[in-house]
Amino acid sequence: MISRILPLLGFILLVVLLFVGLNIADRKTNLPSPLIDKPVPAFDLPVLASPGQKMSRESLLGKPYLVNFWGSWCITCRAEHPVVTELAKLNAVYIVGMNFRDETEDAVAWLKKWGNPYDVSLTDFDGRVSIDFGVYAAPETFLVDPSGTIVFKHLGELTWEVVENEILPRVANMESGS
Amino acid sequence: MKLSKIFILVLTLTLSASVLAQRSPVQEPMVFQSQQQEERFNQLARELRCLVCQNQNLADSDAQLAHDLRAEVHEMLVAGKSDDEIKTFMVDRYGDFVLYRPPVQENTYLLWLAPLVLLLGGAFILRVIIKKRAALLVTVPNDEPGN
Repeated sequence: MISRILPLLGFILLVVLLFVGLNIADRKTNLPSPLIDKPVPAFDLPVLASPGQKMSRESLLGKPYLVNFWGSWCITCRAEHPVVTELAKLNAVYIVGMNFRDETEDAVAWLKKWGNPYDVSLTDFDGRVSIDFGVYAAPETFLVDPSGTIVFKHLGELTWEVVENEILPRVANMESGS
Repeated sequence: MKLSKIFILVLTLTLSASVLAQRSPVQEPMVFQSQQQEERFNQLARELRCLVCQNQNLADSDAQLAHDLRAEVHEMLVAGKSDDEIKTFMVDRYGDFVLYRPPVQENTYLLWLAPLVLLLGGAFILRVIIKKRAALLVTVPNDEPGN
C-alpha cells in the first residue's frame, strides 16, 4: 500500500517545489543589497554641466538624501521620472541624481526635455562609483540617513507605492530622531 | 501583417539603440604581467557572475557591466591583490549572489548538504527494496515443490 502512495507523494512534492521555485524566480531581480546598514561608498564627483564644481559624500552628511542612479540611455529611468518628479515636489527629501555611464550633452538634454527633479546631479561617467554602490541595473535608488548610512535600496523603476510605503516613512522616522 | 512587422523592426531598433547608446570605454587588450596572472584572471572571470545577465559569468558576458567588472578585476590583479581580496570586493558590493560557487555558511548548509542527504536517503530506500525482493526470491523456490 505504502509503495503505491509514495510515488504519488513524491510527485506532489515535486509539483509544490516547482511552484515555490517559480515564485522565487521573480525575486532574483530584487536581490538584497549587502550595502544596507553600511556607510555610503565614498565619492567625490563633478556636478553635471558645472565644470570645476564637485560634491562629496562628506558634504551631504547631516540630512537624509536619496541617491537615484539614472542615464539618458535608460528606458526605465524615463518610466520612473514622473514619480521622482512627484516626490521632488513634496520637498520631503534631498534628491541626488547620479548620472552614470552617460555623456554630458545627452544628460543635459534629457533633463531639459523631461524636467529636472534633482536637487543636484552628479556625474559618474566611467561608472566607478556605481560599482562601489553595487549598481547592476538602472535605475537604482538608495536612501541615506543623516549619519551617512544606507537604510533602503530599490532596484528598478521607482513606483509611487515604494515612495509611500518605503521611502517617506523612513524619512519621517529620521526627522523625528529615532 | 506588414505593419506589424515594421512595428517589430522599429521596436527592435529602438531598444537596441538605447543599449548601444551606453557609454562604452575604449576596449584595450588586457596586459598581464605573467602567464600565471592571466590564468588567475580567467579563473576569477569564470567564477564571478555577471549580474545583468544572471546566468552568465563575467568571462562569457558582453554586457557593459561585465566589461567594467573585468577591468576592475584586472586592475586589482595587477595591483597585487589576492583572489580572496578580489572576491571580497565583489561580495561587499553585489552580495554572495555574485559568486558562482556559493560559500559554505549558515544559510547555505541546506544547499550544500542536500545532495548528500538525498544520496544517503536513496541508498537507504534502495537497500530496503533489495532486502524485500531478496526475501521474495527465497520464498518462491521453497513454495514450488509443494505445488
